[in-house]
Amino acid sequence: MGRSFNTIAFDPAKCDGCGDCMSACARVKFDSDDTSRSLIQILARENANTKGISPGAGSSFELALCRQCGDPKCVTVCPAGALTKNNETGVIDWDGSRCVDCLLCTIGCTYAGISLDEATGRVSKCDTCDGNPACVPACPHDALKYITTSNIYNEVGDWEDLFAPGLAGCQGCNTELLMRHTLRRVGPDTVLATPPGCVPGMGSVGFNGTTGTKVPVFHPLLTNTAAMLAGVKRQYKRVGREITALAIAGDGGASDVGFQSLSGAAERGEQMLFMVVDNEGYMNTGMQRSSCTPYGAWTSTTPVGKAEEGQKAVAQGKTQDAKNMPLIMVNHRCDYVATASTAYMEDLYEKLDKAIAASRTGFAYLHVYSPCTTGWRFPTDQNMEVARKAVETNFVMLWEYTPEQGLHFTKPVDQPLPVTEYLKAMGRFRHLSPEQIAHIQGKVEENRRMVEKLAEQVHGG
Amino acid sequence: MEQTQYLIVGSSHAALEAITAIRMHDTDGSITLVTRDPHLPYSPTVLPYVVSGRSAPENVYLRDAAFFDENKVSYRPGVALKALHTARNVAELADGSEIGYAKVVLATGAAPAIPPIPGIDKVDYHVLRTLEDAKRLNAAMKKSQRAVVLGAGLVGMHAAENLVKAGANVTIVEMSAQLTSGYFDATAARLIEEAFTANGAKIRTSSQVTWLAADGDDIVLTLGDGTTLNADLLLVATGVRPELDYLKDSGVACDKGILVDDRMRTSVANVWAAGDCAQARGFFDDAQVMNAILPDAAVQGRIAGMAMAGDPGVADYVGGVPLNTYHFFGRHAISVGSSKVPDGGVERTRFDEASGRHLKLIMKDGRLLGIYGVNEFFDAGVMAQLIVRRTDLSAVQDRLFEQPLTVGRELMSQIWR
Repeated sequence: MGRSFNTIAFDPAKCDGCGDCMSACARVKFDSDDTSRSLIQILARENANTKGISPGAGSSFELALCRQCGDPKCVTVCPAGALTKNNETGVIDWDGSRCVDCLLCTIGCTYAGISLDEATGRVSKCDTCDGNPACVPACPHDALKYITTSNIYNEVGDWEDLFAPGLAGCQGCNTELLMRHTLRRVGPDTVLATPPGCVPGMGSVGFNGTTGTKVPVFHPLLTNTAAMLAGVKRQYKRVGREITALAIAGDGGASDVGFQSLSGAAERGEQMLFMVVDNEGYMNTGMQRSSCTPYGAWTSTTPVGKAEEGQKAVAQGKTQDAKNMPLIMVNHRCDYVATASTAYMEDLYEKLDKAIAASRTGFAYLHVYSPCTTGWRFPTDQNMEVARKAVETNFVMLWEYTPEQGLHFTKPVDQPLPVTEYLKAMGRFRHLSPEQIAHIQGKVEENRRMVEKLAEQVHGG
Repeated sequence: MEQTQYLIVGSSHAALEAITAIRMHDTDGSITLVTRDPHLPYSPTVLPYVVSGRSAPENVYLRDAAFFDENKVSYRPGVALKALHTARNVAELADGSEIGYAKVVLATGAAPAIPPIPGIDKVDYHVLRTLEDAKRLNAAMKKSQRAVVLGAGLVGMHAAENLVKAGANVTIVEMSAQLTSGYFDATAARLIEEAFTANGAKIRTSSQVTWLAADGDDIVLTLGDGTTLNADLLLVATGVRPELDYLKDSGVACDKGILVDDRMRTSVANVWAAGDCAQARGFFDDAQVMNAILPDAAVQGRIAGMAMAGDPGVADYVGGVPLNTYHFFGRHAISVGSSKVPDGGVERTRFDEASGRHLKLIMKDGRLLGIYGVNEFFDAGVMAQLIVRRTDLSAVQDRLFEQPLTVGRELMSQIWR
């Protein structure tokens, strides 16, 4: 398994070209006010939409910065052995005592990541300030981030993948990611319940008499998942084996017809981890609405009609608001309740660890928002972006609850984007009228107030 | 007889890239590297800095012994390839031993081309291609009063600068009318020439040496116009050419170098070649050319390694593009691409006498063909991409000419971010 490294990420959509990152870099690296010496270069785009050059998506700023390539060309063309990929930090290290200033590395790099510092006559490149890049906190617009999720990859990559290769999910579905990560984390001493839904549909229950997992897995009814799993767990306890009882269920299986057994197991404090993959509908069976489907959303059972002559009202998506399942679970006083998103893997991992620990003594409930490329109608490469926008608009709030600590936000969003930023990212909301959008925005704010009231201290996390 | 899956001959950039490429696809196949050089791998390009004393000879190695252990490579320095018996898939080495190979890549580089000057075999001259050459020249330089450098390519010019800085009277003798021809354009060459003459070097372009003779410890050079030069140090730096005696009777087709296709395959099965010994397609015309430069050696070595290992990710060679960087007396010169202005092409130059900044752009149909600069820094890697991608720059060519650094970066970030 290869290694993953921390990296500086640039979001051009948030950049306004203020240059604070370059000032910070020049100051820290060269004690200089000359931003041309900065190792990160932000460039204003002046030639959008010119012939022969792709216009790009809406941004006006471009970036030149060492990418700390995994297969670095600058290293391969250095005649002096002055450049090396550091396998601990991932940074391409430059050894000034070996460098002969020949500039061949600037030929090798196609990304302008290493260039001449005219003041010294030597090449210069970003070294991520030894893992604490000065440019990132200097950015007033959050356009630069230092991404540190690599440790998850490095750690998890060494654990056994307990799902079969080649699951039959839709292209662009994030549930495979969620399933593989979760089972790796939970480990081999696990019994898995997957009620009807996308998770067994993707192959967890297997094909041709074999299971899709390397742990015992069963396929309960939609109605009795939590009850069956509770029985299985009790039997294992009776024979003295310590296992994790894990359910991975859809929002339909949890919030609609499966709710009775789920509520019962939570109330009894059964020792299990119940993970809900909330894609806001019955996506596996043809995109029917569930009680978790949000107001206004198109599904195959909340269609969008076209007004014909003489008609006054036609259907315009779902007319009810979504049920707030995780808050309902908080009211069961479970040992652990949390919401999570695959766009925030570090947060998800912390919650997974706590949920696993809580499931040793009681009921743990983890509600993961899971955008559905097929049912929500967005391009297959946009899953993480949609998930991120949900959080950035407060459409989805990330928090956790324990009876001792109460509820607190783990990723508070102080300046949420308007909910339209989320809605316009997908096709299921395309038909919305201004009134419907206003309703959704109002609901987002109402939800937020509600959760904030429950939180012992607002933004205390 | 010993057998190996992959035999690598040579130990510089092309060979090292081939190893990396093979190991990315085939973690277990046996790799054996034989090389004439007795040292750990180093780059011929670093040798001028060993001559100047800037780089310590023990500090220029590109890889340590651990690299070969980690990559499971049997590393055999100090043993040259004597003959390649392609019918049997066997390499015969200079020590008489034989190695059977499934696949072999020839990355044996090039050696100094020694001009057939009468008397050259009677004098003690220097060349610069190996670490030993560099150490010997470094020692001789310290004692030299009157040095002559034959050939004004980058190796010769580097050495001449070192000799000037070491205090010798230096004369550079070049056959063609321009210094660094083939690397830099006339304006750049003039700036280079002025820098050298300002520092006391004498330059004789359009000059040929017709006779060499020893006179005590001195060497006497007779030039085409009848003048004579006395030198206590003579460096012959009139270019390089591959030494391919080991391919005699192998059936591997050669011209100036080993002829290879776009996957670095030679004319004979199981034999690849890369780097300075290979003659591959040029980018600007489809003829096979010698493009003995470091970046190209790395690219070719990578392709050869991928092709040998059967890596499905291997892509065709885009063709050799001339790429050079050169430092002289505190200034720098960079050249990317072709210096020829084709029919219908446009050449744009600007030069600022005060700062010594010079820039030349060669374009055709809105496409960049070449860019040359002195003291004007631009990202050569970005420019090379604009050339090989044949990006239509019609809309930005004025800005590119004014600000090649920022506009190149802007384009890079948009086109191949």
